[in-house]
Amino acid sequence: MSGVARRDLLRGGGLVVLFALAGTGVGQEGGTSGGGEGTGAPPEVAPELPGSLAEFPHLDAWIRIAPDGAATVFTGKAELGQGIGMALLQIAADELDLPLERVSLVTADTARTPDEGITSGSQSLQNSGTAIANAAANVRYLLAERAAQLFRVAAQTLTTTNGIVRARDGRQASYGELAASLSLHVEARPDVRRKRVDARDHIGRDRPRRDIPPKLTGAAAYVQDMRMPGMLHARVIRGPAEGTRLTAPDFDAIARLPGIAQVVRVGDFAAMLGPREWPLVQAMLAVGRVPWARDDTPLPQGDLREAIRNLPTEPEVILARDAVTLPAVRRITARYDRPYLMHGAIGPSCAVALWKDGAMTVWTHSQGVYPLRSALAELLDLPLERIRCIHREGAGCYGHNGADDVAADAALAARAVPGRPVKLTWTREQEHGWEPLGPAMVTELSAALDANGHIAEWTHAVWSNTHSTRPSQAGDLLAGLEVGRGFAPSPPRAIPQPNGGGDRNAIPLYTLPRATITNMFVPQMPVRVSALRGLGAHMNVFAIESMIDELAMAAGGDPVAFRLRHLSDPRAIAVIRTLADRFGWARQKSERWRGQGFAFARYKNSGAYCAVAIDLRVEPETGKTTVLRADAAVDAGETVSPDGLRNQIEGGIVQSISWTAHEEVRFDTARRTAFDWSSYPILRFDAAPQRMAVHVIDRPGQPFLGAGEASQGPAAAAFANALARATRQRLRSMPLNAERIRIALDGFGTR
Amino acid sequence: MIELTINGTRHRIDGDPAEPLLYVLRDDLGLYAAKFGCGLGQCGSCTVLVDGKPAQSCITPIAALEDRVVMTIEGLGSARTPGPVQQAFIDEQAAQCGYCIPGMIARAEALLRADPRPSEAAMRDAMRPSLCRCGTHMRILRAVRRAAVAMGGGIVDPAEPVS
Ligand code: FES
Ligand code: FES
Repeated sequence: MSGVARRDLLRGGGLVVLFALAGTGVGQEGGTSGGGEGTGAPPEVAPELPGSLAEFPHLDAWIRIAPDGAATVFTGKAELGQGIGMALLQIAADELDLPLERVSLVTADTARTPDEGITSGSQSLQNSGTAIANAAANVRYLLAERAAQLFRVAAQTLTTTNGIVRARDGRQASYGELAASLSLHVEARPDVRRKRVDARDHIGRDRPRRDIPPKLTGAAAYVQDMRMPGMLHARVIRGPAEGTRLTAPDFDAIARLPGIAQVVRVGDFAAMLGPREWPLVQAMLAVGRVPWARDDTPLPQGDLREAIRNLPTEPEVILARDAVTLPAVRRITARYDRPYLMHGAIGPSCAVALWKDGAMTVWTHSQGVYPLRSALAELLDLPLERIRCIHREGAGCYGHNGADDVAADAALAARAVPGRPVKLTWTREQEHGWEPLGPAMVTELSAALDANGHIAEWTHAVWSNTHSTRPSQAGDLLAGLEVGRGFAPSPPRAIPQPNGGGDRNAIPLYTLPRATITNMFVPQMPVRVSALRGLGAHMNVFAIESMIDELAMAAGGDPVAFRLRHLSDPRAIAVIRTLADRFGWARQKSERWRGQGFAFARYKNSGAYCAVAIDLRVEPETGKTTVLRADAAVDAGETVSPDGLRNQIEGGIVQSISWTAHEEVRFDTARRTAFDWSSYPILRFDAAPQRMAVHVIDRPGQPFLGAGEASQGPAAAAFANALARATRQRLRSMPLNAERIRIALDGFGTR
Repeated sequence: MIELTINGTRHRIDGDPAEPLLYVLRDDLGLYAAKFGCGLGQCGSCTVLVDGKPAQSCITPIAALEDRVVMTIEGLGSARTPGPVQQAFIDEQAAQCGYCIPGMIARAEALLRADPRPSEAAMRDAMRPSLCRCGTHMRILRAVRRAAVAMGGGIVDPAEPVS
């Protein structure tokens, strides 16, 4: 390497290197099946290429260079508040060797971006990030190759810095000039190397997110903030909750209410439109007085978890190991379960739709613009090309909430007013009443120790409905069931391993010579459910990591040491050791009513490794818990944005404490009875941990591992384990709230 | 006809006096920072300052706001020149989806105006009416602590070290 090149490297400029026969850049599992939530992306056409390049191998699907040398990057993934936008920009700027401010990003848009399926399953960096990294490396190589032709030198002698290709003799050419005579409509080559780890400027460093200052100062940042000339506001008219319908709505009377321009009806679907929002809000009060009924069979009385446990199943053994072990000397059998949970976005679902010149455009916060387009095509009886779905941010939704349904509602309403954009917003009560819930789940575990304190046997069975009813056809949308054209929901399906749905993370990473793990898939759904962040991982990791602590206690050992004894994956061990060390695990002493808990999982057994430790105090008179401290360690492979990663892990822990300790959707026999934040309380600031620290283990040069859903399971179990140490009572049924804690303590006469 | 003073500008609103401020801000004045979250006074995403105190604009009729000084967070600064509380939120990257954050900033501003040196418990108590689904709470609290220091005060007994 010449001196010049070496200096450029140190400055962050990259020598252009092509290894004709060496391996690929960074290998990743292909496939963008949306975290296994079905209705995924198109089939792989170039399986030798990494990430989503396997489905979309052409470079110009991902990157375009303008005449001024600025780059536009296209991703089929959506910014959901997880910070993916900035991370993808950092990756692209580094691999292209362009200043960050000269790279811009276009996210999920059926007219412009690759079809990367659904933004879910913590796969955005794994799929899209990997594709963009390698596409950018290819583009940089092509630009250099073009310069090499012009300069009549070998490409390998050129360097790139800040959008300029330089030869050793000082000649140079800008990306803009070079791109003008270069087609990027070529397939990526698998043999173009990404930049050397030590030559990167942005990957692995904190870069402030671009979307934050506008969001904090009142810019129109969300679909809810969109405003277009001639736009009408709209509300949809339906019963108070999923499973109900209005019996005799007087639409003429509604249409005569002040400020209502029109009532749109298609079969039983109805929406009202008006130029301003406030009259619609008032009209919804009138709609709220309309009698309603439940047509389906009544919901079972009592706890719906029991109903799920007793419904017919389609069992599938997902792991069976029967090595010979030492005899079991001590056995623990336990059931752990969780109630239905709500996504509970802070901003209710909203979409803007415009029907113009025989084409429908929908601005939506759906996590899957392409599958939504398919469903809308059937609903509206239009060819795919006549529908465009453009992602716009909404409030953080964490799974399949009302986003897709409201997009259909808006599209139906807009079709009645050609040329006028329609913004349809759900009410808070509709959001709580109609969003598909995170499924209730039951797990039954049995595990035995041998005389040496090792796990000799392990069984785990998990009962759950499907974890994805994400729409791909009209019957998957609420409006599709109302229009009276005979659309029916897609049949519920289990999401197969290795991603898994209800059985996501049901297979522990621990060394288990004898184990049987069964997915008790329950097809029949008493209530509408779908994907909630992490799918079954929240429940399964809660169960596994609670059981591990119960076993450790039975073995008379330290729960961290017990975990380490049963692990062989060095990265899992490193995460646990790091956290134990930084948390000061060995120095912690449980006092009466205060305890520490530890838990670990690798998300999907293929994503990020994450361990969480919690220190909490219980007030025995009330059962109220205070989380004094919650710390985590995480290995997400190569870290693009350490602060972004910490943000995700911190948020996941707080959200999981809310799910685990505070939340439960309740029902009567006709409907859910959680309509708002008073009937469905979530964690508020007083219950947020006192302090929190996240320790990132960076693995430069390693594949990206999805981390958006890595901390929920460990946080839930760490909370339960800390609670067990503080109270000497093991609570296995969520929510682990004050009421249940007090009852448990009362029951044992501890007061 | 109702006269409102919002971010120092007087507006004449010719509408229903019972209409909550939130819809006037968003529909008529093009001020989008205050968000619709529930319309029920339960979540705080619509929070603005009225005479320096936090108010849920979704349940505050405009008739109640004549002769009052209304401030939305557009009045605190812009993306180019953020106010001190906004700057603290940017410095802490205190947002995931960010939908709740304008309300959080309004609430923090009101708190620090009323009490530049609150205790940790008083800070949490003041922020309690505002909900965040993304679990950004730790960062929001860090941002409020940082803003308190930047504005010349501080949190008496911060639960985490302040940057
Ligand atoms: S929107 Fe005003 S408090 Fe929720
Ligand atoms: S950051 Fe998303 S709701 Fe608070």
